[in-house]
Amino acid sequence: MRTAAPDAPLLSLRNLRTWFELRRWGFGRAGTVRAVDDVSFDLHAGEAIAIVGESGCGKSTLMKTILGLHRPTAGSVIFEGRDLSTLDAKEMQWYRSQVGYVQQDPFGALPPFMDIRRILGEPLKIHGNMNESERRHRIREVMEEVRLTPVDDILPRFPHMLSGGQQQRVVIARAMLLHPRMIVADEPVSMLDMSVRVEVLRLLQGLQKTHNLAVVYITHDLSTVRYFSERIFVMYAGEIVEQSLMDDLLRNPLHPYTRALLAAIADPDPENAHVFRDVPPGEPPSLVNPPSGCRFHPRCTHFMENLCELQTPLDFEPEPRHFSRCFLYQDAPADS
Amino acid sequence: MAFSDPPVLEIDDLRLYFRTQQGVLHAVDGVSLNLRRNEAMVILGESGCGKTSLTRAVLRLLPRNVHTYSGSVKLNGQEVMQLSDEEYRQQVRWVQISLVPQAAMNSLNPVLKVGDQVAEPLLSHYGIHRARALERVAESFQHVGVPADFINRYAFELSGGMRQRVAIAMAMVTDPDLIILDEPTSALDVLTQANIMNVLKRVKQETSTSFILITHDIGTSSELADRAAVMYAGQLVEVNDAERFFVEPLHPYSQKLMSSVPKLRQTEEPDFISGQPPSLLDLSTGCRFAPRCDHRFELCENDPELVRAGRRQHVKCWLHQNGDNR
Repeated sequence: MRTAAPDAPLLSLRNLRTWFELRRWGFGRAGTVRAVDDVSFDLHAGEAIAIVGESGCGKSTLMKTILGLHRPTAGSVIFEGRDLSTLDAKEMQWYRSQVGYVQQDPFGALPPFMDIRRILGEPLKIHGNMNESERRHRIREVMEEVRLTPVDDILPRFPHMLSGGQQQRVVIARAMLLHPRMIVADEPVSMLDMSVRVEVLRLLQGLQKTHNLAVVYITHDLSTVRYFSERIFVMYAGEIVEQSLMDDLLRNPLHPYTRALLAAIADPDPENAHVFRDVPPGEPPSLVNPPSGCRFHPRCTHFMENLCELQTPLDFEPEPRHFSRCFLYQDAPADS
Repeated sequence: MAFSDPPVLEIDDLRLYFRTQQGVLHAVDGVSLNLRRNEAMVILGESGCGKTSLTRAVLRLLPRNVHTYSGSVKLNGQEVMQLSDEEYRQQVRWVQISLVPQAAMNSLNPVLKVGDQVAEPLLSHYGIHRARALERVAESFQHVGVPADFINRYAFELSGGMRQRVAIAMAMVTDPDLIILDEPTSALDVLTQANIMNVLKRVKQETSTSFILITHDIGTSSELADRAAVMYAGQLVEVNDAERFFVEPLHPYSQKLMSSVPKLRQTEEPDFISGQPPSLLDLSTGCRFAPRCDHRFELCENDPELVRAGRRQHVKCWLHQNGDNR
């Protein structure tokens, strides 16, 4: 297996586009859904990044493209220097063993008719050339690592017999079985109770550190991102509108959309009951006919006429390593 | 004036037990609370603590396997537990209390225009003419920020946030004294969530309606609450003023719950509550939170009472039992 140079990114996306064709009566074209439009970033081994956006902004499509479940319309997903579109079926299977997937809804992600022993045995049967006792050993090892204990108690159970937190641990264990180098976690705690969310996030954080995992954490909840990722990408209408280090984003959000997102989050505080929150008017646009120019311009309080609706902003860099796709920063250097 | 009014809702020792194959499940186990006019109370708790069963008990929306349903529920001073089911339906549901159910956005009938559906409580409870009812619907829509021409649309033509607003409009259309909202924003995006909370705040300012907000999202709940109640294993363990609760909760469970919230604007690391809530099937005789509590001591083997800890503050914990118990 070819390994890339030590400082090369583990995963890079290059001008990635995933568009879906809408069909009328089964064959006539009715338009294109531009779910992911021109997304590029690098992810290094052991690094955790977060992708934040509202539903319908394309973050799940982006994730599925990374996982190889959708074929990109243009651009490429490069893992360890190899373009996914060039891999054959066998190499794709290798790729899948390198990338673990933690789904949003643990109950929906676990087959209800399989017990935990079978759920965790399956990936090892498909991917590994382990014998029965090696498999049993590996399952036990992973379950102990994600603290699904007592192991013998849990193995014969079915998903519905476990609590939500335990179910999510099974999903995480399943993602970890094959020693992946990267984990893609799609809202891993949004379906869980507040009291166990932090526990599960800590677990993921711990796994990331011990195994030097690269993590793509997808969420709409900015308040959980902080405990987890160094870098953050804010997505709106299929595009990444702001990217920076997490602390920079919290200290100084640049894009008007990011500011709106941050302003909408309520920390527990009795003062909240006395103030109305500033929420941008309208709703996220349809991805079939996204607004011209900057896609946020119809809802933006800083809208500049004859500019925002006509031209597409570049990724301006007003602070080092802090990019914003907004004309407010057009005097800053731009990333081409 | 407001002080001489009877509370809008007064619950005393409400119990709702279910019969199951494994035994009797104590979903609501002796809950008492009261709520004044135009007050909003948030009921917080983990899943499975009986929050939703409490709303069902108040609204008498009961499944078939009820084992015990007892206690007292007074609305505007009138006891409603004695009413027959039919009387209850005619006099209470939608007229005095309405409900925005969990996942309300999926509770709309897909084959009805939303206008007709929102008008339904008016037609069936007040026998108003359809045209007049639709006028009321339009007013209600305006209140919650749904464009008037949406009356003729179907639920699938609306976004999640708009559907949620329609469900709130439907709860408001009969001008009830109390609206119960069960997880009103949990399935929505942050911006939509903030929007809906703005809508609820405005409704609360402009009308005299009281609210009960059931949620596990503590951050969002602080947007509306005047009062906060914490539920654990079928019982209320703390009832407090929001002003004090969100700053300094009293019960050890509330404190843990509060510190488990990831906060955007503070740097301290959130904590989690180890262990699991007890099964509601066989409950210990002592304090139900004791096995997970850091402050546990000998007294906790006995069940504490919900006692007064201050003005309009009540807590069910031995740490607070030697205070002024009036």
